[in-house]
Amino acid sequence: MLAALGSQNASGAELLPYTVRNDSVPAPLGGLSGDPRRGRDIVLDRRRGNCLICHSAPVAGEPFQGELGPPLAGVGSRLDAGQIRLRLIDQSRISPRTIMPPYYRIEGLRDVDPAYRDRPALDAQEIEDMVAYLRTLTD
Amino acid sequence: MIASLITPLITPLPTHADPLPSGTGFLSEDLQARQADEAANPGMLWVDEGARLWQSPQGATGASCASCHGDATTSMRGIATRYPAVDATSGALLNLEDRINLCRTRHQKAEPYPYESDPLLGLTAYVARQSLGLPMDVETGGAAAPFYAAGEAFFHRRQGQLNLSCAQCHDDNAGRSLRGDTISHGLGNGYPAYRLEWQSLGSLQRRLRSCSFGVRAVQFDYGSPDYLALELYLAKRAQGVAIETPAIRR
Ligand code: HEC
Ligand code: HEC
Ligand code: HEC
Repeated sequence: MLAALGSQNASGAELLPYTVRNDSVPAPLGGLSGDPRRGRDIVLDRRRGNCLICHSAPVAGEPFQGELGPPLAGVGSRLDAGQIRLRLIDQSRISPRTIMPPYYRIEGLRDVDPAYRDRPALDAQEIEDMVAYLRTLTD
Repeated sequence: MIASLITPLITPLPTHADPLPSGTGFLSEDLQARQADEAANPGMLWVDEGARLWQSPQGATGASCASCHGDATTSMRGIATRYPAVDATSGALLNLEDRINLCRTRHQKAEPYPYESDPLLGLTAYVARQSLGLPMDVETGGAAAPFYAAGEAFFHRRQGQLNLSCAQCHDDNAGRSLRGDTISHGLGNGYPAYRLEWQSLGSLQRRLRSCSFGVRAVQFDYGSPDYLALELYLAKRAQGVAIETPAIRR
């Protein structure tokens, strides 16, 4: 429970504290600034974001795009940075039954593979990079 | 569209008037044709090996499966439709692999075959093949009830770092595409199956380990109580679905 507020996890990495306001986390995690080019790579990388398993995005040369979540095209017009950030941290705070994985959460997960236990799926810098990239996807 | 994705976490198993569609229907026509053609289906190599082992004397007793069970085409017809099942002697839940290994240890006085070994896959596929086209029909009451309940709970609970339940993919999103794959209803009626990705026949539990891996969850050991109970639940989900072993899968 307290883990989300910044305790040490097993690998010694820190889950940075953040504040949720309405449906948004207004401040960047750890005050980090994101790089949209790195964010794009993370979104596409099958071993990191692997977001296109569920979403489509306006990127050329990606034949198999997912259809379980809404298209990411235009998301930068629909949502501000803080709203995107919370959805990446933990979409279930907005829709408890969502199928979208929580990318920056470690508590309340069950039967996690030991190789991934006690650390978030993506780190704070990766979250900020993706926020920066998704903000560029405007209509 | 989005609303339909936000479906309840615990979806009660619908009372299916009709059986759920087999995973075969989600394959390309070409793969479906290869599966149906005994000469082209690579899984038949294992079935042929199983047929040979059926006749082979084994263990301290020197008995073959045939010594006790005779002609498999009659004695084993319909057996696979009832597995997993509880063994009356031990009270343990057994899948078909375990049942065959129990005959090796109990009746042949031989060592059990390891999971995923070619002889065990072969014998399992050979026994299951004798039920080709027959509808799945497992027992879930009586001694099987606690196993069934455990499997049902497993199927519906979120797991792994990606926090997804089996049901969220195989109930709520069946028919939708997950990148290159179309998600089926997650039935076991074609197993052991030949998966192109494996370039081999593999058991249902091997497939379950892939799904666990996909959500970064614990991959339970072969033969673990968790996966056995899950197999029983999947078999009940497949009630009425025809056995297709050895199926071909991507
Ligand atoms: C297993 C499926 C799945 C995966 C993987 C996934 N998402 Fe989602 N995502 C969804 C669904 C479904 C929604 C719709 C909202 C809901 O269900 O709560 C959504 C919503 C979103 C939203 C809000 C969009 C809007 O218009 O409101 C954003 C942004 C988003 N996802 C980004 C991502 C990124 C970036 C990744 C990868 C790091 C990702 N998603 C991975 C399923 C997924
Ligand atoms: C010495 C006799 C004997 C041998 C050899 C033997 N079995 Fe059995 N088998 C039995 C008996 C008896 C049962 C009924 C359950 C029990 O008592 O174990 C059985 C049950 C089974 C069942 C379950 C049938 C059902 O109705 O659920 C299968 C499947 C099976 N055997 C397959 C095999 C295979 C495959 C081999 C060879 C590897 C084999 N058996 C070797 C005696 C034998
Ligand atoms: C993120 C989505 C996802 C989750 C969660 C998931 N699976 Fe799967 N599963 C798939 C995909 C994709 C396939 C391959 C295509 C197909 O046959 O459905 C598959 C295949 C299967 C198959 C083989 C079906 C066949 O006909 O060959 C079974 C059985 C299965 N899953 C059961 C499960 C069980 C049990 C769980 C939970 C432990 C689970 N799955 C979790 C996506 C998922």
